[in-house]
Amino acid sequence: MIVRKLAVLTAAAAMAFAACSSTGGTAAPAGGTAAGCKVGVSWNNYQEERWAKWDEPAIQAALKAAGAEYISNDAASSAEKQASNVENLVSQGAKVVIILAQDGTAIKPAVTAAIDAGAAVIAYDRLIEDPKAVYITFDNVEVGRMQAREVFKAMPEGNYVFIKGNQADANADFLRGGQQEILQAATDSGAIKNVGESYTDNWDPAVAQTNMEQFLTANNNDVDAVVASNDGMAGGVIAALAAQGLDGKVPVSGQDGDAAALNRVALGTQTVDVWKDARELGKAAGEAAAQLCVDKDISKVGSTIIFKSPGGNDMTSILLTPIPITKDNLSVVLDAGWITKDVLCKDVTAGSVTGC
Amino acid sequence: MTEATGVHQGSTGSTDAPARRSIRSFLASTEIDTRLAGMIGALAVIWIGFNVLSGGLFLTPRNLWNLSVQSSSIAIMATGMVLIIVSRNIDLSVGSLLGFLGYTMAMVQAIWIPTTLGLGFGQPYTWIVALAVGVALGAAIGGLQGFIVAYGGVPSFIVTLGGFLIWRGLIFRYAQGQTIAPMDATYSFIGGGPAGALGDIGSLIVGALACVALAFILLSSNRRRRAYGFPARPTWAMATVIAAGSAAILAFVWVANSYFWPPALATRYAEANGIIEPLGGLQIPTGIAYPVLIMIGVTLVMTYLATRRRFGRYVYSIGGNPDAAELGGINVRRTITVTYALMGVLVAISAAVQTARLDAAVTNLGVQNELDVIAAAVIGGTSFSGGIGTITGAVLGAVVMQSLRSGMVLLRFDSPTQDIVVGIVLVAAVGLDAALRRRSAR
Repeated sequence: MIVRKLAVLTAAAAMAFAACSSTGGTAAPAGGTAAGCKVGVSWNNYQEERWAKWDEPAIQAALKAAGAEYISNDAASSAEKQASNVENLVSQGAKVVIILAQDGTAIKPAVTAAIDAGAAVIAYDRLIEDPKAVYITFDNVEVGRMQAREVFKAMPEGNYVFIKGNQADANADFLRGGQQEILQAATDSGAIKNVGESYTDNWDPAVAQTNMEQFLTANNNDVDAVVASNDGMAGGVIAALAAQGLDGKVPVSGQDGDAAALNRVALGTQTVDVWKDARELGKAAGEAAAQLCVDKDISKVGSTIIFKSPGGNDMTSILLTPIPITKDNLSVVLDAGWITKDVLCKDVTAGSVTGC
Repeated sequence: MTEATGVHQGSTGSTDAPARRSIRSFLASTEIDTRLAGMIGALAVIWIGFNVLSGGLFLTPRNLWNLSVQSSSIAIMATGMVLIIVSRNIDLSVGSLLGFLGYTMAMVQAIWIPTTLGLGFGQPYTWIVALAVGVALGAAIGGLQGFIVAYGGVPSFIVTLGGFLIWRGLIFRYAQGQTIAPMDATYSFIGGGPAGALGDIGSLIVGALACVALAFILLSSNRRRRAYGFPARPTWAMATVIAAGSAAILAFVWVANSYFWPPALATRYAEANGIIEPLGGLQIPTGIAYPVLIMIGVTLVMTYLATRRRFGRYVYSIGGNPDAAELGGINVRRTITVTYALMGVLVAISAAVQTARLDAAVTNLGVQNELDVIAAAVIGGTSFSGGIGTITGAVLGAVVMQSLRSGMVLLRFDSPTQDIVVGIVLVAAVGLDAALRRRSAR
């Protein structure tokens, strides 16, 4: 069952990649204009720094380029409030509603109501199980694959530890699934041995650090590689490794593009940081919204593929591919303006890696 | 129950009863707290159990050393939580406040001093400035929450629930929620690690001083009691307590000194100092870690405050009967405010330990720590009905919880299982405590 889902996701990701490279962007709506069209965004929790800093400006820029108008509201982490927020956006005249769902199931009645009222809906970053909505996200299983691929490249055999995310978060298992896909063959052949695996309450780096210390104790430091699911936890893992003098010797993965983690990649203590450029996600959503302003037929949105959701729906989806950042391509984050050179290269010996 | 069987069994009962009585009289003359003795017993069972199940991994100097460091941050905060719960209040904000203070201290040392003020990284005073800012801010915020509880008449549950939301929210506002790393090199010693420890000679000195202090305190208290005509411990009981206490202190030092620097670090140290490594590697004893030393210091100071100072006795009187305390002339409001300010200071110290240990400040620093701290205090025998609870009990409670978590990771139980076990232990410990209390009251 899970294997089948993973296979579908793999295919979906491959198709998404092909689609992206063939058609490019989704802008330039044909046969009409989005000028004056209202696009509403329903944030689930605007307090989190990421949305205001990266996603919102990218959405606004894409809408502005198409001449559309941006309105928004925030549900402050309440699924109930978000349902009324979506209705509110529609009654304000939004023709397209972009929803960052607090709860992908609880929001469904509000989505149905919005579509019935003649609006188009985009499920942003998180899945809403409604095939009439367009789903735009980064491929989390692919993030897991990238993490495992880079760690495996650095350490093709030996004892592996897996530091997973919060058990209540579906993404934690998507990531772990992707990691296992890459490492399955080597695990079966016995080249890789799983000597420790743990979920991490609230993705808390301090918990990850304690767990890593215990795994090191249990294996008498005989740990050759660590697949950690995000940058915060990678930081905890590396602190535990440093206390045993193993930092920089044991490959460690992460994701999110945290400044501290990218600095660690430059220093050589972290092997890979899978970077999901939130601006790409915002831009894709803004452009898709502009297209939907012109024609609310979701099949006309460019670069989409059909993604079979866990709930069994055929979702019209845009799955963006993240970028694994290693010491060999640090210039990518510098050139994108994601991080400044003095932050990236703090304490790094000049010239030891490209970009510093 | 044993007395009842004693009656039925006749002759066996008559030998059993005096034995029991002599244990009781032993405990009475040595004045060992039975609840504390029970907790140490429970801890011993947990440790031995994990040691057997993990094939001898648990009771190694390395694991015990790690355990002491892992417990320290929650234990430090639990000492303050005892006084708050004893005075019939609660503090739900400690986790968020820890995150906020940790973040502030990180900003001071990684951004404000080096960049904003342009003084550069690695200044000798950086760590102390950061710590002072954290402690002062902690005292101010804690004091403010306490003030609102005591003078504003808002229930502590509500005030600190508000704090729980506010301080976490402010972290996101700060520096756009980015992770701040690394910490100042001197500051990171507060978090432990082989370099952040006393070493063997330092640990021995501390251990010896502790033994002398223990003997001095016990003997002088006995002398005082005799002077005032109060019953004092008999000499043999005195000797037993001092000997047992000193043995425990020296055993602790011995374990800490038996944990040697990890080989990779020892090699790095040897290379850096031009030492030729002997065969089998350089053996550097680690000694007591700084966070553990801080925890022990905090425990002593808090125990002194709680049992020997007027402030502490007031807190217990307020918890026992707030109205009587008020009528008895105790300034209840000021005392409550001070307990929260004290809590804020302890949270700041814990925040320093956690950020230094992680060598970073992250947005979810301290998430759910309030629950761990309250659980540690409660497992340690602090009663929600007020007036009852000890500082050492709470510290032991924190060690019990961390032993369970660390031990289960060694056995590769995943976090859902850990949560279930810790939850059961929490309820069982409080249930057992309540049952024993009812029995002794009868």
